[in-house]
Parts: sequence; structure tokens; C-alpha cells
Amino acid sequence: MNQTRVARLIGVGALAVALTACGTPPPKEGAAGGTAAAAAKSAADFGGLDKLVEAAKKEGKLNVIALPPDWANYGEMLKAFEAKYDIKIDSAQPDGSSADEIKAAQQLKGGDRAPDVFDLGLNVAVANKDMFAPYKVATWDDIAVELKDADGRYYGDYGGFMSIGYDAGKVPAPTTVADLLKPEYGNKVALNGDPTQAGAAFTGVVMASIGSGGSADDIAPGVEFFKKLKQAGNFLPVDPSPASIESGQTPVVIDWDYTNAAQTAKLAGKVDWKTVVPSGAQVGAYYNQAINKDAPHPAAARLWQEFLYSDEGQNIYLKGLSRPVRLDAMVKSGKVDAAANAKLPKTEGKQVFQTQEQADKTKAVLTATWAQAVG
Amino acid sequence: MAWLVAVPFLAYVGVFLVYPTVLVLAGAFQDADGGFTLSNLTTLTGGVYLQAFWRSVELSALSALFGAVFGALLSWAVAVGNPEGLLRRTVVAGAGVLAQFGGVPLAFAFLATVGFQGFLTRFLRDTFGLDLFSGSAWIFELPGLTLVYTFFQIPLMVIVFLPALDGLRPQWREATESLGGSAWTYWRHVGGPILLSPFLGALLLLFANAFSAYATAAALVSQGSPIVPLQIRGFLTSEVLLGQENLGKALGLGMVVVVTIAMGLYALLQKRVSKWQ
Amino acid sequence: MAVTTKGVLRAIVLVVLGAYFILPLVAMAEFSTRGVGGARNFDSWTGIFADSDLTDSIIASVQLAVTSSLLMLVLLVPTMTWIRLRLPQLRRLVEFLCLLPVAIPAIVLVVGLAPLYAWVNYFLGYSSLTLTFVYTVLVLPFAYRAIDAGLSAIDLKTLAEAARSLGASWGTVLWRIVVPNIRTALLGASLLSVALVLGEFTIASLLNFDTLQPQVNLIGKRNAGLSIAVSLACLVFAFVLLFLLSYVGRRRRVTVADD
Repeated sequence: MNQTRVARLIGVGALAVALTACGTPPPKEGAAGGTAAAAAKSAADFGGLDKLVEAAKKEGKLNVIALPPDWANYGEMLKAFEAKYDIKIDSAQPDGSSADEIKAAQQLKGGDRAPDVFDLGLNVAVANKDMFAPYKVATWDDIAVELKDADGRYYGDYGGFMSIGYDAGKVPAPTTVADLLKPEYGNKVALNGDPTQAGAAFTGVVMASIGSGGSADDIAPGVEFFKKLKQAGNFLPVDPSPASIESGQTPVVIDWDYTNAAQTAKLAGKVDWKTVVPSGAQVGAYYNQAINKDAPHPAAARLWQEFLYSDEGQNIYLKGLSRPVRLDAMVKSGKVDAAANAKLPKTEGKQVFQTQEQADKTKAVLTATWAQAVG
Repeated sequence: MAWLVAVPFLAYVGVFLVYPTVLVLAGAFQDADGGFTLSNLTTLTGGVYLQAFWRSVELSALSALFGAVFGALLSWAVAVGNPEGLLRRTVVAGAGVLAQFGGVPLAFAFLATVGFQGFLTRFLRDTFGLDLFSGSAWIFELPGLTLVYTFFQIPLMVIVFLPALDGLRPQWREATESLGGSAWTYWRHVGGPILLSPFLGALLLLFANAFSAYATAAALVSQGSPIVPLQIRGFLTSEVLLGQENLGKALGLGMVVVVTIAMGLYALLQKRVSKWQ
Repeated sequence: MAVTTKGVLRAIVLVVLGAYFILPLVAMAEFSTRGVGGARNFDSWTGIFADSDLTDSIIASVQLAVTSSLLMLVLLVPTMTWIRLRLPQLRRLVEFLCLLPVAIPAIVLVVGLAPLYAWVNYFLGYSSLTLTFVYTVLVLPFAYRAIDAGLSAIDLKTLAEAARSLGASWGTVLWRIVVPNIRTALLGASLLSVALVLGEFTIASLLNFDTLQPQVNLIGKRNAGLSIAVSLACLVFAFVLLFLLSYVGRRRRVTVADD
């Protein structure tokens, strides 16, 4: 009896190992999969913008993901789109990361709830570009060459610089990164995430690096800075949120300038929240827009893109105090919202944007050293 | 054939338990293209990952120790009372909740008590001027994790150890006393030895439980991955490190090995315990 | 009652540990009712019903608890009965499989589940109810022990033989003989399953489903008061469930003590 049982167990085991070679399920032949809308590479393929609007309205719905309402003014963007085209938007996982967006698309593939469009950090966009449908918006030419994929699979939508947001009522105004090491900031400085997990937090460490004598290639001074910050007792390993800022738990937050600036407006009267991009350490990055190749609502997805890159959409980004990718073109054409433009946090001097190679190199160094420095 | 009735169950468990497990264990030995490699395992023996393992072991051992000692005391306090009484029912039900259900609510309970805006934090600050966090944000590191883990370790100890205490026949106590022994004699020569195996077994169980625990730590620690389960979370959710799932699977393999060893020792001790029951 | 050393020691243990465990509950009650300037404010509690994401997740979790318990019962009761009656040689295997989930931490299991669930979603569509399959597996160790104890306490062989000799089919044996006799064990197993499913976080959150615990965790990031109110409600509810369970299992304990 024992022998048969052992034999059976081995058989089951072998079968199981063989099954691990099972790949992913075949894509569902959903209604949206093979339609003309999914193959459209520009509005012209629809026969003009009006036809695109028509097709999108017929679909009636748009699935977006990981768009927090007070991030680059997405709250207003979603409302404006819904109002203008009468298309209902389903906003999933507002606190999700770029990686969560891709995962959701893979898990929900073929279904009606899969995300139609993505807003991703460059790293994730480049790694997953096979998942995106090429589409060039009407205002394609205004986007700088280095900020777009040649085929139109992903391109920058808005960006900003890493900044230090602080409660002016609780701490003195920092001007450089090194200021945060002072005793007045004891137990007060929070980074907007775990840099080995979140792209935004990673850029925060790059900013600290540049502010401590490093460069876009060298992140070690940044890791060293956070190590010193922790030893001085100034570093709070807590994810900041609007709630934590309001309650006073995180009086200093290292985050994108548009996120910090959004808090100023939101907490006006309760907290005197100010934002500063430290001099000598201006690190910027653009987020990237992409359309899901298997989007359940392909026409609505493309219309959303057109809206984001229209003057109206870009100005909504600007009102959220992020830098829309077409800013220069809009300033030239005079279509920019001048009042909002004036409110952008000032940046002078050298602006640093990491290339993909620099990012990859510094990420490797970060993951090897971060836990020891700060853990 | 009589076998057929067992097939649904076996097939079900095969698909939903054995298959995912084999995926993980096999994946630990695969590289990005599916070929066999030991590189995942060798990576794990260095730097950050080894540290995470040690911290997990430290956390599990410490919380298991505190849980075992205080849990045993609490079990004793309950066992000597009325077996149908309200105290016993309350403690057993409460233990069941905290031990198996804890997770996220437990993390929030912890924050509500000793978090930055916690009840106890405020009380100590307002009444005694004592700032719990003058040194560092210890609640998100090992000291904090150990403290919050005792909140489900002590209850688990109660659940596991109470039956052992129930098994101590009152006749044995009476016999000791009628032979002239004191309470100390009883515990030293009768109660202690009998309870030693169940106690050690429970200690192992608590260790395995803490080592595998994820929910409470995940809800509490949002930055950093000091322990292995959070490292695995990092591999599944990170947008900075891409394409490293097999390393995560290797970590999973490590966890399974540790837990299996602990549970194996527990099973051995259980066999010894059953002699007395 | 005389004051004995044992009595004093017992009192100290109960008071100290009692305070240790009650303090967080008090803290949660206090935190979730904080208002401006020391007043008590119940907005966090009323907010539970106002948050539609939260109520949706509660409904999803309750549904899951029911389906998982049912599937567990359907899977285990016939199998375990059959093993005892006809296939005793499989007993060790089944016991091993039922206790295996204890050795495989949920966080490890979920890594292997992700590709499997891609297939499940492909065939069954995307719904948190698909978690039933995993939850039934997670529940196996607890359910097995409870049902095994229940089956041990009745003379299954005699009952089954008697029923069969009177012409009953196996279905009748199961449904009208076995189940009524192990009712308390089944109820115990079900209540444990419900408690486990309602408290499960690891697999649901890492497979991106919106059940109760992931939702509570998400709320914790933006609204501390509400998340703590919900957590307290969860703990109290589970406590009530398991407290009732202690009254259900009473008959069993009496039999064991008489050995």
C-alpha cells in the first residue's frame, strides 16, 4: 500500500511541476478586442474628432485607475470630462501605484472592469510598453521628443519637481536639503513612500542625493543623507497623507511639488502649508499616459487622451500646480492659464531629469543599501 | 470504486493548495527565462535579505517567548476557575478573536493606543510630560512589532495550552498533597514535567505563527520591509524593482522551510504529549 | 473565601493581563469618538454606513463567509465520513492535506495563487467571490479538527451499517444520519470559518480584491477615526460570534472530561 501511495504522490508531484509551465490564459475575445476603435492610431482613423466623441459616447463608460483626486488636480479633470462628454468614469484604486495599475490590467484582462488608460512612472511605462496601444493625440507635435515614445505608446502628460513641503507654523523654512538635518526638524520629516517600492519616493532620494553633492548617476549621497536624518532622529518612516499633515503627525513632507502644493489649498486656514523646491537640487520627472491595448472602452480611452492633451485638460493640470507637458507650446500660443502658471513653485538654475539608464543604475545601488541605512 | 468519492476533495486541494505551493517552490529555483538556477538562493544569503530573515526570527522568537510565558499564566488563571463560567468563556472567545482574526484591526488598535495620536501617548504626555517618541518611531520597527505581536501570541497560547492544563487531573494534586508535598513539590515533580512538552510545543507553534504573520505588520508598517513577509510584499507591489518575482518565491521557499521545521518539531512533541491524555 | 497565595496570584494575573487587553479596546473607543476640544463625536461611527465602498466590502466579505463555509462543509463532510467508513488508508493523507495550510503561510501561498487566479478570472469572471476557493483551503485545518472531533464522538460505523441494512442510500445516510448527529461540530466549524474569512487580509489584498479587511486598511490611510471605528466593530462582532460558539460546544466538553 505504501509503495502505491508513494508512486501516486510522485506522479502528482511531477504533474504539478509540469503544470507550472502553464502560461497565462489566452486573451478573451471581448467585444472591444477586435473593433476598429481599438486599432485607431489617431483621431483621423475615426474620421475626425467628432466621430471619436460619438464612438466614445456610445461606449458610455471609462475605467481609470490610481488617480487620486488631489494629485495633479485629477479630481477636477475627472469631473470636467464627465460633464463635457456625459461619459461615466469608474475610478478604481485611487491610492494604487503604477505597478498596481499594470497588475490590475493583467488580472482583469478581457473583462469590462479592466483599466482603459494608465498614468505611469517612466520606469513602469518602459517596462510594459507591449501592453499599450499606439495612439497619437491631436497635439502630438507639441510634446518634446525626449518625453514621448516614437510610436505613441506612452508619452508624458504632466510632471513636477521634487519638493519639501512644510508646516510653516511648526518648523522654520528649509531652503536646502541639508537644512532638514537640523534639530528643529526632530521626528518631523517624512518621505512620501518607500523608495524601493514607489517611484516618487525614489526620486525623493535622488533629490536628496543631488542636494548632498551627488548627481543623477550617483545616489549614494542621498542614501547617506537619509541615514544621517535617521540618526539625528528627524526621519519618520510613515507614509504622509492629507490626514497625517492635518493632524500634525508629518509636518515636513518630501513629495512632488504639485502634491505638496495641493495641500496648501486644501488645508488653507487649518495648516500653513508651504512648498519649496530646494535650490541646487531640482529633480523633475514626468508621468506618462498610455492606453491599454485590451481596453474595454477603446474609443472612450482615446477621447480621454485627447481631452488631457487639449488646452483645457493641460490647464487643469496646471491649476493643480503640476507642469503640463505642453506648457511651453501653450505659453507661446497664449492659451496657457496665466494666473495658474504664475503660481507654480519657482525653480531656478539647473534642472535634472534622470534618463532610464541613470535610473536603472541608481535603483540597483538603492535597493542594495537602503535597508541598511534606514532600517 | 470507493476511491471516486475522495477524488473531488483531493482534486480540489491539489488545484488550490498544492499547485500554488509547487509554483512557489519551483519558481525559487528558476531564473527569468525559466531555466534552473541557484542564484535566487545565493542572493538571499546576503545583505538585506539575510537581515530580514534574522529580524523575522528575532521577532518571532521574542514574541513567542512573551506570548508563551504570559499566555501560560493566563491559561492557568482561567483553568483553575469554573469550566462553564463566564470568565472562561470570555477569555476563550476573546483569545479566538485576537489569535485568528486580529490582523488589520489589531494594527489599528495598537495605533489607537500608542500611536502618535494614541490614547496612551496623549495620556502620558498630558499627565506626566512623557514623550513616547523622543527617541525614534519605534512603533514601526522591531520593538513596536514585538509589542503588537504579543497581542495575538498570548491569546494563541491560551487556545493551545488551555487543553493541556485541563488535562492535569485534580487527583494528581490531591495525591501529591496527601503524600505530604507542597505546591512547589507538585509543580516541580508532577505538573512541570507533564506540562513541559505541551509548553515547548506551544512555543514552537507561536514561533511559526509569528513568522508567517503578515496582516498586522502590513497594516502597521508602510515604509521599509524589516521582516520577510513584508519583503515578499515588496516584490509583489514594487514599481521600482521590476521582474524579480522569482527572488520573492525564493524568500517564500525560505519561509516554508522555517515554518515546516518548527511545525515538524511541534508534531513530534505532540506525539509525546498524547501519552498523558 | 479564604485569601490564598494562589488566589492572590490569580487575581494579579487576571487584572494585569486583563488591563493589557482591555486598554487597546478602550483606546479605540476613545480615538474613534474624538471631537473638537474634548467633546465626544460619533461621526466616525455613523460614517461607516455612509461610506459605500465600505458597505460594499462588508457585503462581499459576508457573502464570502457564507460560500466558503458551505463549500467547506460540502467538501469535508462527505469525504471525511467516507474515509472513516470505507477508505481508512487515506486517512493520513487527508489529514496531512487538511493540516498543510498551516505550514504554508498565506503570504507565500498568494505568490503562487496569482497565476492560478488569472485562469480562475478567465473562466469565472472577476469577482471577489472567487476567493471562496482559497478561503475554503485556508479554513481546512480548523474545520478538519472540529469535524473530526465530531465524527469521533459518534459511533459512525454502527449508525451507517444500521441505516444501510434498513435500505437507506448513502445520500440518506449522510444527510439524515451523520449530519444531524454532528450538528454541533458542523456549527463550530462554520463559525470558525466565518470568523477567519471576515478577518482575512493577506490574500485578498495581494490579489487586489475589495473585501472588508483591505478596505479597512485603505481607509486607515485617509481617515483614522473611521478605520478605528470599523476595526473595533469587527473585533466586537467576531467576539460575539465566538462567544456564542462556546455555548454550542458544551456537550462535547462534557464527554471528554469523563475519560
